[in-house]
Amino acid sequence: MALKFPIYMDNHATTPVDPRVLEAMMPYFTHDFGNAASRTHAFGWHAEAAVDASRESIASFIGAESGKEIVFTSGATESDNLAIKGVAEYYGNKGKHIITTTIEHKAVLDSCKRLEKQGFEVTYVNAGTDGLVNPADIERAMTEKTILVSVMLANNEVGSIQPIAEIGKLTRARGVVFHVDAVQGLGKTPFDVRAMNVDLASLTAHKIYGPKGVGALYVRRSKPRIRLVAQMDGGGHERGNRSGTLNVPGIVGFAKAVDILQREGVAEAEKIRGLRDRLWKKLVDALPEVKLNGHPTLRLPGNLNLSFAFVEGEGLMMAIKDVAVSSGSACTSASLEPSYVLRSMGLDEDMAHSSIRFGLGRFNTEEEVDYVAELVTAKVRRLRDMSPLWEMHQDGIDIKSIQWVAH
Amino acid sequence: MAYSERVIEHYENPRNVGALDKNDASVGTGLVGAPACGDVMRLQIRVNESGVIEDAKFKTFGCGSAIASSSLATEWIKGKTLDEAGSIQNSQIAEELNLPPVKIHCSVLAEDAIKSAIEDYRKKRAARQSLEKGQ
Repeated sequence: MALKFPIYMDNHATTPVDPRVLEAMMPYFTHDFGNAASRTHAFGWHAEAAVDASRESIASFIGAESGKEIVFTSGATESDNLAIKGVAEYYGNKGKHIITTTIEHKAVLDSCKRLEKQGFEVTYVNAGTDGLVNPADIERAMTEKTILVSVMLANNEVGSIQPIAEIGKLTRARGVVFHVDAVQGLGKTPFDVRAMNVDLASLTAHKIYGPKGVGALYVRRSKPRIRLVAQMDGGGHERGNRSGTLNVPGIVGFAKAVDILQREGVAEAEKIRGLRDRLWKKLVDALPEVKLNGHPTLRLPGNLNLSFAFVEGEGLMMAIKDVAVSSGSACTSASLEPSYVLRSMGLDEDMAHSSIRFGLGRFNTEEEVDYVAELVTAKVRRLRDMSPLWEMHQDGIDIKSIQWVAH
Repeated sequence: MAYSERVIEHYENPRNVGALDKNDASVGTGLVGAPACGDVMRLQIRVNESGVIEDAKFKTFGCGSAIASSSLATEWIKGKTLDEAGSIQNSQIAEELNLPPVKIHCSVLAEDAIKSAIEDYRKKRAARQSLEKGQ
């Protein structure tokens, strides 16, 4: 099959909508357009039935007890905000201490930051150099005042899969609410809210070949029942947890995306893992001084985060502009600071600047992997030939021994 | 962020990539930036007896704008006297390459690299002259 350009390998950022998902959504834009909150006519009943069926699919996919535990939102950022601020507001009189990790998504970190300004105390637990959070560190951070622990299922940059079940045991034993940002891991690694003692879970459709603009928050209803203070005022939709007219086509698409994963997810993960490992092997075999960031095995099947030493990430991305990837390089952000995730894992800043994240997904092919491996190899060689650091390295000079002047 | 055509042009066809012998008395070397900041430029000049830059080479670790800025810098300083080269401002480089605000620091680094190479050459020359006087 002929290659089509540009090649998309940034499936952690978002994924294309699967044609089967789009097909399932279409009737709900036009023919079945009703407001799911309209109780007085068939248009509303239709929409509500579709939403409720979707709730059940999504609930069953994550091992929840009932569809009533699914609160639909606009996406994971809203779900994270609702979970963290909603719990803090409801349980704040029990204690004002929250535990999270330094590698969480900004939606979690910045929600915590805001709570700090409101008198909460937040402990940010570091991940290890392999990108994994140690449950013992969470346990050590717990105090009498701890009301909430928030840890992601899988990291979006290095793909490390966190020990959710072990942390769930700790939080359950202490009666602390446990929130999991499950956005990146959903459908790619086992996730079961009951088996893992998860109380709240943020989900989103657009990372699993569903549409953008729709997500969900799982809110446990029994053993124990978790309460939240809604963060959006209005018509009291979603059992008062989230006001706002439901995005019916989006919700139907989300459920369809989940249905596909339920049937095909395991086989798909194996296929993607095979492509990822093929890319990794080709690059490591062809190029010296390539470092894998994150854990070698406890990582998302499609995630490959590599540092090509002595080459700057954005410079490399420019050289492979027909391939969509992302970088932990500072230059891709306005802040000029390299990835906070990589730095908090203890990566040297120069290696963070040299990192490229490949995110393989459902629609990538072996031909694409082979093309990308060859292209990246050629471009890394070219850029190293232009890099003073590579020349120093070849001459046996340790670049850490030089007194650089930061600018 | 989209790159300007001029950045892409220099990035894809960089001028004067390479190295000059840093121990050569007629060569000045400037090494600026830091790996931790994501850009390092090494710019070298070869200066003739009349103080004119005869050749210039660079190697850069950095983004496309950093590579383009150093490429342009070497192109501009060739054939100039040290004083002329030393008066090149980062704003001229930024303007020529149409750099967005977030990339202005790349042009600053290129200006620093030129100045640093000139300073290195002048130091070496002064040291040599004082050595010669002493003999």
